[in-house]
Amino acid sequence: MEAEAAKFIGAGIACIGMGAAGIGVGIIFGNFLAGAIRNPAAAQGQFTNLIFGFAVTEALGIFSFLVALILLFT
Amino acid sequence: MYNPIHQFQIAPIIPIHVGNLDFSFTNSSLFMVLTVVAGAAFLLLPTQRRAIIPGRWQSAAELTYEFVEKTLRDAAGSEGMRFFPFVFTLFLFILVSNLWGMFPYFYTVTAQIIVTGSLAALVIGTVLVYGFWKNGLGFFRLFVPSGLPIVLLPFVTFIEVLSFISRPISLSIRLFANMLAGHITLKVFAGFVTLLGSAGAIGVLGAILPLAATVALTALEFLVAALQAYVFAILTSLYLHDALHPGH
Repeated sequence: MEAEAAKFIGAGIACIGMGAAGIGVGIIFGNFLAGAIRNPAAAQGQFTNLIFGFAVTEALGIFSFLVALILLFT
Repeated sequence: MYNPIHQFQIAPIIPIHVGNLDFSFTNSSLFMVLTVVAGAAFLLLPTQRRAIIPGRWQSAAELTYEFVEKTLRDAAGSEGMRFFPFVFTLFLFILVSNLWGMFPYFYTVTAQIIVTGSLAALVIGTVLVYGFWKNGLGFFRLFVPSGLPIVLLPFVTFIEVLSFISRPISLSIRLFANMLAGHITLKVFAGFVTLLGSAGAIGVLGAILPLAATVALTALEFLVAALQAYVFAILTSLYLHDALHPGH
């Protein structure tokens, strides 16, 4: 296999990680919404935790995106 | 043909060379200056008169101030308020430069790893220096949670150290990659429009779809621009909380 083709395949595989991070972010926001509908009064106080969890989860997806970018453009 | 990465190229506007070092005034520097000017004008101009019943601009300035103040107070407590100028400056700089980048043909300062990396290094440096200055060697309690069985302690400490080391990396890469990815996506969809538009009548009809996607993505990018500035501010507040209270 040519090295160039292997790079593109690798970039595609790296993007699977972004899908996994998408699942994680969906779980976070979905569970927050489920809890917030049950107890709307407590929801406002957990907004910081929500964004923190989102940011930490999203970072992992961003890492795999970065791997794809490095493979494509270097 | 267009290149989606081209928009991030740094081009010197006023070349300045000192010895072997390149101090040129680039488009990146220009937009950093614009960011600072716009941020300062946003806060300084409406608060010149300081009306008791605030006008629109004064309300906007006050709302931004109170929003960041509440974020910091919730995350780091009243003690953390001594870092308010730092966190507010970071928030406003990132927000304004993200929003400048949303104009077509404008340059996005925060899509450069060196800019976000410097900001993250500033945050982690502050946490380390202040943490050691305030707590002395007690700052290492951050890595050793209390009330754990002695068998688990080495593993947990190892994980805590690893998570602390990855903080500056994730803090800088999150902002940089979000802005980079968003702007590349916009460019790629805009490229579809021109590609289809040059392919005859059916192509022009088909180009409506990517054009609509570009408009929707622009709205999403505005959300991301504000959200990433907020995420940066909130993570900075949480890390500063660690520097103030290292015990778990």
